[in-house]
Amino acid sequence: MSVYKPLTGAQATAEAMRQINPDVVAAYPITPQTPIVEFFAEFVANGLVDTEMIPVESEHSALSCVVGAAAAGARAMCATSSQGLALMWEIVAATPGLRLPIVMPVVNRALSTPINIHCDHSDTMGTLTIGWVQIYSENAQEAYENVFLALKIAEHPDVLLPVMVMQDGFITGHGVENVKVLDDAVVKEFVGQRNPDRYLLDLEHPYTIGPLALPDFYYEVKRQQEEAIERAKEVYLRAGEELAKITGNTYPYFEEYKSDDAEAVIVILNSAAGTAKDAIDELRAEGRKVGLIKPKLFRPFPYKEYREVLKDKKVIGVLDRSISFGSYAPVYAEIRNALFELDHRPAMQSYIYGLGGRDIFKSEIKNVFEELLSGNVDSEKQKYIGLRG
Amino acid sequence: MSITTEKKIQWCPGCGNFGIYNAFKSVLEKNIDEGRLKKENIVILSGIGCYGYITNYYDINSFHATHGRIPPLATGIKLANPSLSVIAFVGDGDAYAEGMSHTIHAARRNTDIKLIVHDNGVYGLTTGQFTPTSPRGFKGRSTPFGNVENPINPITLMLVARATFVARGFCGDIKHLEYILERAIFHKGFSFVDILQPCVTFNDTYSFYRSRVYKLEDTDYRTDQYEKAILKSLEFDDRIPIGIFYEKEEESFEEAIRGTHNYFYERQVPDISEIVREMI
Ligand SMILES: Cc1ncc(C[n+]2csc(CCOP(=O)(O)OP(=O)(O)O)c2C)c(N)n1
Ligand code: SF4
Ligand SMILES: [Mg+2]
Repeated sequence: MSVYKPLTGAQATAEAMRQINPDVVAAYPITPQTPIVEFFAEFVANGLVDTEMIPVESEHSALSCVVGAAAAGARAMCATSSQGLALMWEIVAATPGLRLPIVMPVVNRALSTPINIHCDHSDTMGTLTIGWVQIYSENAQEAYENVFLALKIAEHPDVLLPVMVMQDGFITGHGVENVKVLDDAVVKEFVGQRNPDRYLLDLEHPYTIGPLALPDFYYEVKRQQEEAIERAKEVYLRAGEELAKITGNTYPYFEEYKSDDAEAVIVILNSAAGTAKDAIDELRAEGRKVGLIKPKLFRPFPYKEYREVLKDKKVIGVLDRSISFGSYAPVYAEIRNALFELDHRPAMQSYIYGLGGRDIFKSEIKNVFEELLSGNVDSEKQKYIGLRG
Repeated sequence: MSITTEKKIQWCPGCGNFGIYNAFKSVLEKNIDEGRLKKENIVILSGIGCYGYITNYYDINSFHATHGRIPPLATGIKLANPSLSVIAFVGDGDAYAEGMSHTIHAARRNTDIKLIVHDNGVYGLTTGQFTPTSPRGFKGRSTPFGNVENPINPITLMLVARATFVARGFCGDIKHLEYILERAIFHKGFSFVDILQPCVTFNDTYSFYRSRVYKLEDTDYRTDQYEKAILKSLEFDDRIPIGIFYEKEEESFEEAIRGTHNYFYERQVPDISEIVREMI
């Protein structure tokens, strides 16, 4: 039976990991990921999991260790944030090509410099092009459930790719919420056993991992990897349907909140979507037609589906918690791309907010809607919410 | 001359970092006042950790850099302008975990930089996990039943890596630490100082160290015998030696590549006075 527990996002993630009971977990501490690993270490110490837990000496080693374990056939997990993700980048980039189904929760935190420990999305947005499936979570409940979803997608024989599951540093990671936790046995059945089709240490079928592929084969390997992430789109929905049966929640590509008849829609990731919902409720009470689209699956990006729901909107505002220096902001760029095929495109405005953990307030989101509805928008000019001066 | 800043010190009351902070401050102020160091020629660095805030507390050119990457950064600064005194503060997490290989390579190159390790045997800032210098069995948040890894011995490691100045200090003996830091700063070549630093919050080792440390300077130990230094470095149990284990003058990395040249001063600076005059 499911029970409600007061948990932080980090705790909820550790709880999901406990229920998965992976064979190997390796990590290096970094704020705000640290509590995930600490809670999990407690489970290990209390004998609640059978996991080999390896507190390694750096993130580069952490993911390397997990890659080794996964290659040997184990179910292996890792978790990190910001500078940790940056330091492990070499292995982050190598993992999809190895086709290893590793699940890695990432607690979003701003990248240096300046040094900052608070939330923005610059860390994971920096890894968009290298082939990890990416799922974003609004709150602790989603952060918890998305770990199971991620595992299903990662290990699906049509996919076999690593998956990152994001949550906002401190806001979600350290904030306590009432989280509905599934029954251990139900999760155990849902996640099953990892059944690798091949693995090291299988003496009957020896194979090589990571060999050289020069101009003769590299290209084909990469194309196969691309096909796999394209298939992940469908697998995401199917895995979501399965997960829905045990959680009662749904797992669409994005959440639509009062957007059906909305004239002005904003698109916003993770925890700020919660703030946006409150702002929308208040504006709706005044009769304003406003709504929200909250992306969940961000890689692979479901362009067509976004186009379908956004095509008749009058105006769209996209709020990004990171800058893509020298180009359009990452979420904005995708939404803009998704609309290219339309004959009549909605008006669009890109906003940056919340860098380095700066708070975003309901009033600011309401102002965004006012601005969008007023028609004062420019699809080529980025605006800044809550920026001094 | 005071080298402190207005910044409020954020360490926990009783933190061992205060001892290191005060010792370094006295050494620098004294040597600046007496003309042996020029304030503007000093660069201090720190990585990420509780100790890393130290660069905020001195009014000196500083670089607060990423976790673990201090030695190559310090090497770059020194090579660009060998007249600078480059003094790097690092944590045991920086020096022996995240950036261990940098520490070894800096030592074997003998770049004239000073590495001062705040060795509290714990990742303080991330709230108390074991590090490569925590004793086996250390109970921290990531190892509630004790870690199962053997600690490294930084002194032996640095000797074997051919550091030309190797010392251990204790932040509970500030006068002695001042002596070591002064020698380290004026040593020509790579200086390494591992400072035993209690972390009152996560790894309070004050009484452990206080009852064990003794000064090499109080014995007939000599600092110019390499093999004996290695043997001495292995002593770390009921008695823990502090002081200078080894010092030797050798050609530094920057001398080996460019002799006595300092390209920073020798470079051709274009004469822009003409342009400036036109602009005005
Ligand atoms: C690449 C990277 N990984 C992890 C961290 C998180 N982190 C910040 S401080 C720290 C440990 C600091 O320990 P130490 O160097 O011993 O300094 P102390 O806090 O004990 O003074 C870690 C792991 C980081 N900043 N960068
Ligand atoms: S946690 Fe430990 S090292 Fe950090 S400031 Fe407090 S006492 Fe010092
Ligand atoms: Mg430390």
